[in-house]
Amino acid sequence: MTTSNAFKIDSDLQAELGANQYLTFFLGGEEYGVNILKVQEIKGWTDVTPMPNTPDPVLGVINLRGTVVPIVELRSYFNLPKAARGATTVIIVVKVEDGRGGTRTLGMVVDSVSEVHNIPGDEIQPPPIGEENDRGVIEGLATVGERMIILLDIDDLMINGVLGLARKTAEIHE
Amino acid sequence: MEAVGRPMSMDLSEFLDVFLEECFEGLEVMESGLLNLDAGTDLEEVNTIFRAAHSIKGGSAAFGFNHISEFTHVMETLLDQLRSGKRPVDQGSVDLLLASVDVLREMVEGLKTDEAPDDDRVAGLRKKLEAVIASELESGEASPEPAGTCRDTESPGSEGPVRHWRIRLVPGKEMFREGNDPLALIRELKKLGELTVETRADGLPALAGLDPASCHLSWEARLTTAAGEDEIREIFAWLGEEAVVEIASGEASGHGREAQAGPEEAVTEPAAPASDVESKGTGTPPPVPEPESPPEPGKPATKKANGLKAVKSPANRESGSIRVSIEKVDLLINLVGELVITQSMLNQVGADILQEGGPRAEALLNGLAQLERNTRELQENVLQIRMLPISFAFNRFPRLVRDISNSLGKKVELVLTGEQTEVDKTVLEKIGDPLVHLVRNALDHGLETPEARRAAGKAEQGRLELSAQHESGNIVIRISDDGAGLNREKILRKAIEKGLVSEKDELSDERIDNLIFQPGFSTADKVSDLSGRGVGMDVVKRNINDLGGTVNIHSEPGKGSTVTIRLPLTLAILDGQLARVGGETYILPLISIVESLQIKPGNAKSVTGCGEVYRFRGEYIPIIRLDRLFGVRGATEDLYKGLLVVVETEGRHTGLFVDALLGQQQVVIKSLETNYRQLEGVSGATILGDGQVALILDIPGLVQLFHRQIHRPAELAAVS
Repeated sequence: MTTSNAFKIDSDLQAELGANQYLTFFLGGEEYGVNILKVQEIKGWTDVTPMPNTPDPVLGVINLRGTVVPIVELRSYFNLPKAARGATTVIIVVKVEDGRGGTRTLGMVVDSVSEVHNIPGDEIQPPPIGEENDRGVIEGLATVGERMIILLDIDDLMINGVLGLARKTAEIHE
Repeated sequence: MEAVGRPMSMDLSEFLDVFLEECFEGLEVMESGLLNLDAGTDLEEVNTIFRAAHSIKGGSAAFGFNHISEFTHVMETLLDQLRSGKRPVDQGSVDLLLASVDVLREMVEGLKTDEAPDDDRVAGLRKKLEAVIASELESGEASPEPAGTCRDTESPGSEGPVRHWRIRLVPGKEMFREGNDPLALIRELKKLGELTVETRADGLPALAGLDPASCHLSWEARLTTAAGEDEIREIFAWLGEEAVVEIASGEASGHGREAQAGPEEAVTEPAAPASDVESKGTGTPPPVPEPESPPEPGKPATKKANGLKAVKSPANRESGSIRVSIEKVDLLINLVGELVITQSMLNQVGADILQEGGPRAEALLNGLAQLERNTRELQENVLQIRMLPISFAFNRFPRLVRDISNSLGKKVELVLTGEQTEVDKTVLEKIGDPLVHLVRNALDHGLETPEARRAAGKAEQGRLELSAQHESGNIVIRISDDGAGLNREKILRKAIEKGLVSEKDELSDERIDNLIFQPGFSTADKVSDLSGRGVGMDVVKRNINDLGGTVNIHSEPGKGSTVTIRLPLTLAILDGQLARVGGETYILPLISIVESLQIKPGNAKSVTGCGEVYRFRGEYIPIIRLDRLFGVRGATEDLYKGLLVVVETEGRHTGLFVDALLGQQQVVIKSLETNYRQLEGVSGATILGDGQVALILDIPGLVQLFHRQIHRPAELAAVS
């Protein structure tokens, strides 16, 4: 019993540490961050099977060790200009909560991954209101050194943003 | 009557599902048993029904569902009279018990949905049951128990003279963990009569070796009661396998059947007491009475054994199977699916290596071939786990046919064949309702009344046959009757009336027969309870299509009709045709493909408002260009250079235009909804041998999508 308690404390501690850790990546010259607990893995670029009648940012699906995972082009979602896939282009696979007790696994294409930063909650500023391109998925802004990092609320981005867009697209076709 | 779902003292909710499942199984056992009682009376059959009722009673009492346990108790009393031979098995009591099974099923279903049962019906039926029980016992001294007081005490006095019993109880170490309370058992015993109990602590280990959660005690009791051995034994029915219960009659007078089991023999019989003494003081773990149950053949207590052996036999019968949650099985199926994909990836790599040559390439290929065989076998066997015999779906029909034919005044003989044919559990669950509908239809419309049959020179008793068999990777279910067959003239008239076909059409007999599967079609002269509301056959067809199956009817006027249902054995894998469109590979379900052909010049035409059409077997069918529908680039534009795959959905043919066909293979179906959402025209995805994802086409959805796009091209163009 003591071991399981110790383990629990340990995992609690880890969760607490992780809660402040953000994986950052580059997209169109800007640095974005997602909570590291949401990140399942980072994977190199791979060919995507397109799906019919889906919104532009949804590239298609890939096979992730037997699971069919949809891939989102973040550049397209944020209305950034298209870029050629380079050697650093990767897919960040995230596991997000759908708000109904389930989780979904999706991948997002980014220009390159940067690093992992420890950002305490009190150092995160709320996003400036009224910005055109935030689409309500920005958790806040943080400064590391001299750089600004845009922290994304990845649950909101994937569930309400991407899947919401997919729903609207499907409704138009119906 | 108590409210449903009384709060429980313990959190039993996680066991509730298991209990409910067992209840339904028990109810089925009771129902089929009762139906068999019609023919001839086998006391063992009554016993089976009794046991099923008894475990429902016990289980529901444990969960605090007193309304169920009380009702079951009354049923049990009647069953007990039947099994003891006090009451002959007659139609009246069988009907009453069948009706009680229905009510009981409603009550159990009510637990699931939190609906209170119909109290009046329950009370009414219960009165009837009690009346029957009382009528039998009018000569005896006991009267039926009044409502509300039914507990596990059987009415004392039903077993004849007062006797002395010696009862020895060695419950085994696990007793407390199994949730049993010795005191409760002793209290139950006390209800039967005069009781003295002695506790034996000689099995108690030294304090150091004492596990407080284990039971080391045993008890010896002397009971003076008029109750019979079965009633005493029933109190201990919930003890675990380990428990040793010996019951011996101290006074064999009056009943010669106890003569063999003298009290001394019974007490000294097991080896347990001896080992108790040996282990005492050594500090070794407490003695466990050997988990041998006393009533083994050849032991002194043979006569008594019959009772207990009978109770245990269902457990023995089931010992060859385990109950596993379906999620675990599905996980296993998924994992094996992965293995199959990995294996075919390795095969491709292996083929490349063989081309390069090298000394070890041969060995590698041999190994891969073996891996492939084993993987296939593994997959087949794992899929087998989900397979259940079709009898689970057929079982309800004897009752259904009996009830319906009685109410219609028809005489019907039901013949079931191929009940052991296995099919996937999901398919099995979903095929039940369509089958019921088809059987009702056959009884209502197909088979004639005895008078009409006699007039037509047939036997009065009609014949309804349900059969199931495997045919080339599918399960085929046939429902045939020897009734009047379909009235083609009437069907055709109705179809023309409804605008389904035009008068000029020349339709084959088969086409006409299958018109009954069209929506809103019914030729019944009068609307009855059973069928004939015009909804139904189209629903049947849709349900079967949803399962990836097909249905059609073949009828001969005056001789009867046969409905044939063809279903895939499993929903986890699919026989697919791989097709290339541009750079993409799509999978078409093989079952919906009619023909693949090259378009001959002149046979394809462009029609304003309808897109392109192709003349196929004398009928013009629309051509769906998959690349345009799905927005795929780089596909063949020239209709004469690609292939047209003619598919059938809802009785209509459609041509899918693809670049090329690649091959056929079984694919593991993966849902797109898990991580994304359902897509129109796509039923799922699979992973091909090269690791790429390919989409599986949903033919009916695709056709619908196409027709909508044809009708609103401008609107859609504006969106994209």
